Amino acid sequence: MNERVKPIAVPQPVRSVGEYIPMVDGPEKVTGRAKYTADILDSAALEAAIFRSPYAHAEILEVDVSEALAMPGVRAIVTGDDCDMTYGVLPIAYTEYPLARERTRYKGEPIAAVAADTIQAAKAALAKIKLKVKELPAYFTAKASKAPGAVQLLEQRPGNIERDVFFDLGEVDKSFADSDLVIEHVFHAAEVCQAQTEMHAALADYDAQRERMTVWCSTQVPFYVHLMLSRCLKMDKAQIRVIKPFIGGGFGCRTETLQVELICGLLARKARTRVRLVVNREETFITHRGRPESDVRMKMGMTKDGRITAVEMEQDQRGGAYSSYGIVTILYAGSMLFAIYDLQHVRYIGRRVLTNTPPCGAFRGHGTVNTRFAFESLLDMLAEKLGLDPLEVRRKNYLKAPTYTINDLMVNSYGLPDCVDWVEKASGWKAKRTSGFAARTDGKKRGIGFACSHYISGASKPVNWTGEPHATVNLKLDFDGSITLLTGAAEIGQGSSTILVQIAAEVLGLYMERFRIIASDSMLTPKDNGSYSSRVTFMVGNAAIQAAQNLKAVLVAAAAKRLEARPEDIEVLGEVYRASSQDKGLTFQEVVIEALKDGGTLTVKGNFNTIPESWGGKKYRGSAIGGTMGFSYAAQAVQVAVDEETGEVEVEDVWVAHDCGKALNRLTVEGQIQGSVWMGMGQAMSEETEYYHGLPVMANFLDYRIPTIADSPPIHTHIVESNDPYGPFGAKEAGEGSLAGFIPAVANAIHHATGLRFDDTPFTPDKIFAALDKRARNAKKA
Amino acid sequence: MSKRILTCTLNGRRHDGVVPGNILLLDYLREKLLMTGTKTGCDGGECGLCTVLIDGAPILSCLTLACSVEGKSVETIESLEQGGRLAAIQEGFHVKLGSQCGYCTPGYIMAAEGLLRRKREPSVDEIKDALGSNICRCTGYVKIIEAVQYAAGKIRDERPARAA
Repeated sequence: MNERVKPIAVPQPVRSVGEYIPMVDGPEKVTGRAKYTADILDSAALEAAIFRSPYAHAEILEVDVSEALAMPGVRAIVTGDDCDMTYGVLPIAYTEYPLARERTRYKGEPIAAVAADTIQAAKAALAKIKLKVKELPAYFTAKASKAPGAVQLLEQRPGNIERDVFFDLGEVDKSFADSDLVIEHVFHAAEVCQAQTEMHAALADYDAQRERMTVWCSTQVPFYVHLMLSRCLKMDKAQIRVIKPFIGGGFGCRTETLQVELICGLLARKARTRVRLVVNREETFITHRGRPESDVRMKMGMTKDGRITAVEMEQDQRGGAYSSYGIVTILYAGSMLFAIYDLQHVRYIGRRVLTNTPPCGAFRGHGTVNTRFAFESLLDMLAEKLGLDPLEVRRKNYLKAPTYTINDLMVNSYGLPDCVDWVEKASGWKAKRTSGFAARTDGKKRGIGFACSHYISGASKPVNWTGEPHATVNLKLDFDGSITLLTGAAEIGQGSSTILVQIAAEVLGLYMERFRIIASDSMLTPKDNGSYSSRVTFMVGNAAIQAAQNLKAVLVAAAAKRLEARPEDIEVLGEVYRASSQDKGLTFQEVVIEALKDGGTLTVKGNFNTIPESWGGKKYRGSAIGGTMGFSYAAQAVQVAVDEETGEVEVEDVWVAHDCGKALNRLTVEGQIQGSVWMGMGQAMSEETEYYHGLPVMANFLDYRIPTIADSPPIHTHIVESNDPYGPFGAKEAGEGSLAGFIPAVANAIHHATGLRFDDTPFTPDKIFAALDKRARNAKKA
Repeated sequence: MSKRILTCTLNGRRHDGVVPGNILLLDYLREKLLMTGTKTGCDGGECGLCTVLIDGAPILSCLTLACSVEGKSVETIESLEQGGRLAAIQEGFHVKLGSQCGYCTPGYIMAAEGLLRRKREPSVDEIKDALGSNICRCTGYVKIIEAVQYAAGKIRDERPARAA
């Protein structure tokens, strides 16, 4: 890295954007110096543990902690009595208490928590807590929960429907009638969990003298944690400080305040000291917030040349016991039908159902994944019946950007055609699909399948609407010529801190080494909504551009003053500012001294706001969900080898192209695309939570089958740059859009290999073997 | 719980400690010695995040009693950087982005370091074999393989030329 700071003969701006740049916090991660929440050890901190409900649904009659409180080393115990405030994501859906009150609604829900001198003492005390309940009927499927006569889980949600959604745009029935072919099919997707490698953790420090609270926690949204701590602890926001240390992944489960940080805060205040709460892997699974089990009935019509005529989708999601992101998820599931192909006639019926299972939330590809599974599977089913190439069918339905969809989503850049073309060529699609794909020498049948997907670059309307800018970045320039970038954007491993430094360095033409970044400390950094909906590069990146431009203007004015020139005549050559080519110019340090002369240390800021045109329409209730400044696009081909003796599917190869507008950092963009595709593979091939009467039975890394390195294919990655007019340097999202395509692509590949259509994820060997076996028996009978 | 005297080599230095007989090596390193580079990712033996080297071989420190490393050499992620210089495998994970969130990285690096010590130029299959019991949730493993290959190449290039 040090080669980059060597002086260069002819001064010129340093380029940072568009390169392969390792992460700015990489050295900490590879040396073990990076501190994650659980690594912040302090002998003064009490250790905490949570008492969880053994009942799936019960009325709480009594939580007796008297004996537990008398145990040696126990300092404080909190129960539902210690917090009567609900929390949640949307103000209309604050349905959850940090610790259950009156009713417990899933097995594993926190009931009480103990802070003690040691973790052993805390755990010993848990065994002495006595819970008296009256059990209630519990529902573990959406169907059972929404059946007439079911006991209502939440007072404010009749029929156990968290939210139903209906829209009917265009002329759906007429268009179906005018179609050459209509196919209707039912798909099922199992519930999956983010299973990030870092287990949830929090450290809360209550300063009793000043009644202040500092919380370090494993979150993607420190700002929302701040709001919910304030609400649940009834503390002034100004008395709270939230710090996000290094975070071991999130993938959406940490895009909302979780019980861990709230319980830790409640315990710290009650014990009037510092408390550390680190939950284990099983508890991390139970905290959940994964992708809901979904039943998707989809009906699609097509003309014989491959134009989609109309789409109807009915989707039921098993949401779990509380609201979480539920309303948003069920709305996304409908709105993400749009903005990838040209659809004019669409009907959607969505239901988010409350059940006695851990709450589902926002999982990478939020809302779009199970919809896309059904959609892209159906496209292939229609194409096959009509004798069309699956890729040609997609090409027949392209959008023409710039455009608005019929539900008023703004599309300005559209690199999907380039994605499809690259994947077709790179994968050898034509030869493999037309001339028959030879079986492997070991007898395994080969197949190749294809699908497209897309995602938003940040939700244009935040869930917590205050009217403030979407993003603010501060740049501090001081006497030493170093620049500190201050942002609330949560670095969760996706590389947001690297991207923001790159952007500021690029605008100023300076070496990245001049910059330091401080992220996500509410005392130091500007507020940011956090890392969700793939918003950071687009929104915070644009704010960083503006901040750097503002700093550049100050520096140019200072250089002009010193050189006795007009600002417009100043040439900025990175580390040198000059007035004309004859002038040897000023070094950056000289410009800094001049700029600081009158007012001292400089802090400039940049903001970003979405434009109203991107806010989605008003055609149905909730239609703002889906509104974004830019959509990313992706296409992928997946090649499989199916063992017909065992039903095992080997994923041999993946080719993926992703339109991220402009790759600000090719290294991290590739990493995001590969990670997304692979996470889609996990859902498609092996991952699935499972409950036995509400008891999670897969809540560990042996039973919850995450693909290992041995199961994982090469992923050939190609970046398409459609240069979005509003994106920072043209960039759009890169971290979610490629996930959804994998599932239908592999389903289509298995169909190509075996002739069988799988519509129920995960596609495990037992299901595939059963289907192959059934076909063989039927063939024998005939 | 009975306590035991532990004498071992820890990151190249002699280490003397008094350990409860039932404390896991992982907890001893993290909680008692405050060496938090080694991570906890599961409830026991499922994820590989806590991998350290014992006498040069990758071992899960969450399934190892601290007292059992008596007389042995224990190496953790904290030992690899020498004289301010990253080890080849650390550089590989940094430069090739084998590390995203970084939480699984110390375990991978120690497992890969163990591999590179016994196999200087491992094939892709050998890399997959050696890292098959570690879980990464970010990378899809593509760049982890590249990181190990980068390190192998770097070690090869820096090997002193054989005397003529």
